[in-house]
Amino acid sequence: MAAAVFFGCTFIAFGPAAALFLFTISRDPLRVIFLIAGAFFWLVSLLLASLVWFVTVQMSNKESSSQQKALLIFGVVLSVLLQELFRFAYYKLLKKANAGLLAISQEDTMPISVRQLAYVSGLGFGFMSGAFSVVNILSDSVGPGTVGIHGDSQHYFISSAFMTLAIILLHMFWGVVFFEACENQRWWSVGAVVFSHLLVSCLTFVNPQYEGSLIPTYLVLCVMAGWAFSCAGGSLRNLKLCLTCKDKDFLLANHRPR
Amino acid sequence: MVVVVATIKSVSFYTQKDGQQLIYTPFREDTETVGQRALNSILNATIMISVIVVMTLVLVLLYKYRCYKVIHAWLFFSSLLLLFFFSFIYLGEVFKTYNVAMDYFTLAVIIWNFGVVGMICIHWKGPLRLQQAYLIMISALMALVFIKYLPEWTAWLILAVISVYDLLAVLCPKGPLRILVETAQERNEPMFPGLIYSSTMVWLVGMADNGETRNNSSSSSSSPPPQQESHGDFALEDDGGFTNEWVGQQEQRLGPIQSTDESRREIQQMASARPPPPDDDEERGVKLGLGDFIFYSMLVGKASATASGDWNTTLACFVAILIGLCLTLLLLAIFKKALPALPISITFGLVFYFATDNLVRPFMDQLANHQFYI
Repeated sequence: MAAAVFFGCTFIAFGPAAALFLFTISRDPLRVIFLIAGAFFWLVSLLLASLVWFVTVQMSNKESSSQQKALLIFGVVLSVLLQELFRFAYYKLLKKANAGLLAISQEDTMPISVRQLAYVSGLGFGFMSGAFSVVNILSDSVGPGTVGIHGDSQHYFISSAFMTLAIILLHMFWGVVFFEACENQRWWSVGAVVFSHLLVSCLTFVNPQYEGSLIPTYLVLCVMAGWAFSCAGGSLRNLKLCLTCKDKDFLLANHRPR
Repeated sequence: MVVVVATIKSVSFYTQKDGQQLIYTPFREDTETVGQRALNSILNATIMISVIVVMTLVLVLLYKYRCYKVIHAWLFFSSLLLLFFFSFIYLGEVFKTYNVAMDYFTLAVIIWNFGVVGMICIHWKGPLRLQQAYLIMISALMALVFIKYLPEWTAWLILAVISVYDLLAVLCPKGPLRILVETAQERNEPMFPGLIYSSTMVWLVGMADNGETRNNSSSSSSSPPPQQESHGDFALEDDGGFTNEWVGQQEQRLGPIQSTDESRREIQQMASARPPPPDDDEERGVKLGLGDFIFYSMLVGKASATASGDWNTTLACFVAILIGLCLTLLLLAIFKKALPALPISITFGLVFYFATDNLVRPFMDQLANHQFYI
């Protein structure tokens, strides 16, 4: 077990996100700052949710496990709603900050566009969410042990890794769609994002029946990916041009010959 | 911070409580009652803070009366001790953890090279990246020492009090750091091989009458307090470094700098921003005192050493400190004067540490148990 599982699961969970970070965000310090701020907002939302959960647990009957489970489910739903609320709050803050930045800077254009902000903040939320979900599990996987020796599922580590990957990417897509929807005042889109987040979290209630949770989650991931792609301005035509290296705007911007 | 966390997690030396304490924290914390423990930790923290304040005042006085040689010697000696002695101990512990066999000759060569290059980089000239790397390593070493030798409640109390002190010392009109900043500003002097971490090279071009003068403002050095070990007992001396970086011209605008605490920290200041003349050619960087690094690292290191929530708490503190730093830099950009770098970050860090450890950890543990995802 040990090192192989650890490295495997780490790369599964964080690989794509780390690649995204490395290639698109790490060069630009402004984006890094917004990423970390997004992570911070997610953290605050988690803090509030766990505060409420903690208070309710203290007030409840600690012996009854069904009550505890119900409280936990309540905690999950509350946390999801709070996360989306904080995403909205971050959006508002970014709009104000951008207006401020524009006012004091000498240039005419904003240093970072709303779409980039949406992507970066979504990824920030995703990183933090993924990290909190899986880091302890990863650090336990380094040590010796037998998975599922008490009758639990043997696929705990790998399913956690895949779930985390899905969640991180989903957060990024949700961020893009959410900000776009807020920009254009399309509140039903916002509702759809919240609903899909709730759906994904609630699907995990059927764990350890991983078919019930992982497969639908990945389906939602694909749908959200398509939606986010079109929100960000992509289309089949763009995609085709990009993949066959014939997109003139992209080539011009990067000074590459066709 | 990453270096400190990595070390704490892997090398157990720094988390073993083998009963030794710094002589500045004489009261023990393994007492019977909670009240007694609280009292002891308050006393410890008071002693430590008063040592820091005294050292700060000594430094301010030395600076005011132009005893530059003393300050230089102090800084030189402290960085010498840190670069050679502490890294020797650190390497020894790392080798013990990983069971690496090493002979004294090789070790001597390694430490000698490391130390000498460090001294040169810090006190004289060197590539910027290397200098930054050395400053980071030194701050990490200092933070590790603190984590090991300060008992728990004392450490948290010290962190809290030091940020309050930083706030007062920099912003109050009679605060020692403020006096230092203003004196340096009046005298328009070049800096000591101080204790400042700068993020970019700053090139300053003088105006007509002085011709062109260029300065690498990245000549910062670290100034953690020198520690003299005597038979296992560590005596802590504080020193503070202070770098003042103006090269002459008033119209030059330096990047905003933040001022930090002394004694174990360096002070930094920031030139007041004045509109640059049109043919000025400068690049701004941000300067941060090494003491700030030390205390940030100490907070995160302590979080990773003692928190039962393990990595979640460490991550939360990490993010909190970074955000605090961003906010401080933002304030710096708005107010454009010397600001204390500690209060916001340490407050966020402490709040998030205690909140995450007590509230978030049980929640996340339960979620991981059932494999629910939020």
